[in-house]
Amino acid sequence: MARRTPTPVRVGADVIGVLVLLACVFPVYWMVSRSFLPRNRIKGEDPELVPWHATLDNYRKVLGDDDFGDAMLTSLSVTLLTVLVATLFAFLAAVAVSRFRFRGRRSFILTLLLIQMIPAEALFISQYKMLDGMGLLNSVIGLTLVYVAGVLPFTVWTLRGFVDGVPRELEEAAMMDGCSRTQAFFRVTLPLLAPGLVATGVFGFIQAWNEFTLAVVVMTDPAKETLPVWLVGFTDSRSRGVDWGAIMASSTLITIPVIVFFLLVQRRMVTGLTAGAVKG
Amino acid sequence: MGRRPRALPLGLVLPATALLALALGYPLLRQVVLSLQEFGLAQQFGRPPAWNGLANYRELLTDRELWVVVLRTVAFCFVNAGLTFGIGLGLALLMARMSRPVRILTQCGLLLAWAMPVVAAMTVWQFLFDTEYGVVNWLLTTAGGDFEGHGWLLEPWSFFLVATVVVVWMSVPFVAFTMYAALTQVPEDVMEAAAIDGAGPWQRFVHVVLPAIRSVLLVVVLLQVSWDLRVFTQIYTLQKAGGVSNDTNLLGTYIYTLGIKGGDFGTAAAAAMFMLALTVVLTAPYIRLMVKQEED
Repeated sequence: MARRTPTPVRVGADVIGVLVLLACVFPVYWMVSRSFLPRNRIKGEDPELVPWHATLDNYRKVLGDDDFGDAMLTSLSVTLLTVLVATLFAFLAAVAVSRFRFRGRRSFILTLLLIQMIPAEALFISQYKMLDGMGLLNSVIGLTLVYVAGVLPFTVWTLRGFVDGVPRELEEAAMMDGCSRTQAFFRVTLPLLAPGLVATGVFGFIQAWNEFTLAVVVMTDPAKETLPVWLVGFTDSRSRGVDWGAIMASSTLITIPVIVFFLLVQRRMVTGLTAGAVKG
Repeated sequence: MGRRPRALPLGLVLPATALLALALGYPLLRQVVLSLQEFGLAQQFGRPPAWNGLANYRELLTDRELWVVVLRTVAFCFVNAGLTFGIGLGLALLMARMSRPVRILTQCGLLLAWAMPVVAAMTVWQFLFDTEYGVVNWLLTTAGGDFEGHGWLLEPWSFFLVATVVVVWMSVPFVAFTMYAALTQVPEDVMEAAAIDGAGPWQRFVHVVLPAIRSVLLVVVLLQVSWDLRVFTQIYTLQKAGGVSNDTNLLGTYIYTLGIKGGDFGTAAAAAMFMLALTVVLTAPYIRLMVKQEED
């Protein structure tokens, strides 16, 4: 882009930038600030911009809620299991695709590409029927199975880029020095792949932690809900009167790990989705 | 080395392949079968499903409701993808012209919106648009409008307005960041040469910038279309909050209501196949591009 931007253009761009900043930040600010307000303050005539009468009551209420605890446990199990299985399987596949030429390699890669385009909504009916038939509805294993399938294509794709990035010569040099191929791989290549494994693991975490569609289809038993499904049900419980403070507190609790992890891998998400596609 | 290198790579891709075949391949085949069968409540309770050929498809394709839902889905998709892309690209161009501190702040804000989990974003926006406690109603009333106790989710039009606001809010950051990254790749010297040759900003945009960012642009547009075609969570939660669902279904929630809620798995499977076909048709250029790049 041209270096020197004329001053009026820059001022105009800055003004819009500030407006965009406000539009992005305000909902998040509102969520966090309301989560500290007692119920009668949320209800007041005019909303208070700053929560002067902050309290932790909403958090105490949510964290003391058994249903929240159950949902947290389910979410954590499904998410961690998904990350573990997806990272391991994707790692093996990525090594194969990157380091070997074999029959079926190209069709494997193309299948991954195509699978990525299948919307979950176009398949959840028969996935539901399948899990039902296997007795895996309302089970961590069942949900993990469909989650892993959902994140695998992207994970293989991204990891393959990382494996490609480790020069073969390094492995070969180690083999010249007397390592076996396996040893060379574990001692030289694997440590260099650690950032890639972390990045894809975090990606899987965010996906599984946030996922709603399949969770609402597979986990029909209220005792087996994941956090997102629980939150939507909690928001919906109109009969008790909507407790916005508690809803905002639980939304904040669900958001925190995602924000932390997201900032870790954000750079790779930008390049991963397109550069992975463009570079091939 | 002998036989090992040949068996080893196949062994390495086996776990991933087996899992994908089980969790996606088998359901896909099963869905084709299901869509050709009569599979309703009676079958749920153990009666063997009967083949009924293309009856599900015929029933579906002659059903006015499906076409209304399809049109609504496609319209919602195009409006949202268009808005997201327009705003995202505009923002990317502006970011290149902002002063450094403002640009960094704007990017932080965009990151925050991008990182929000869908359901958390949904509850916040529901709260902002809430009938009684919503800031939007308060703001509009303070500004002189009559919005006290206004229910945003009661009318299909304003329901989709709220849905669009949330979807666009969540999707713009990806487009803005990706397009900004692409714009920084546009060669500076060519831009300067074009400026020296007397090309105005618009001409430079059309003849230098656009060709340089063409492939990223195509990928972003098609990804956005494929994502906005399958909007489910936003519609589902807003329906739960607002109560109107018949006039606000998009394909995803329609299939869900038909199958999971209504128990008519045969017709739901046919509708899902229809959605799959729609996705393939609308994203075919993306798929073709990816396949071509993989072959090169």
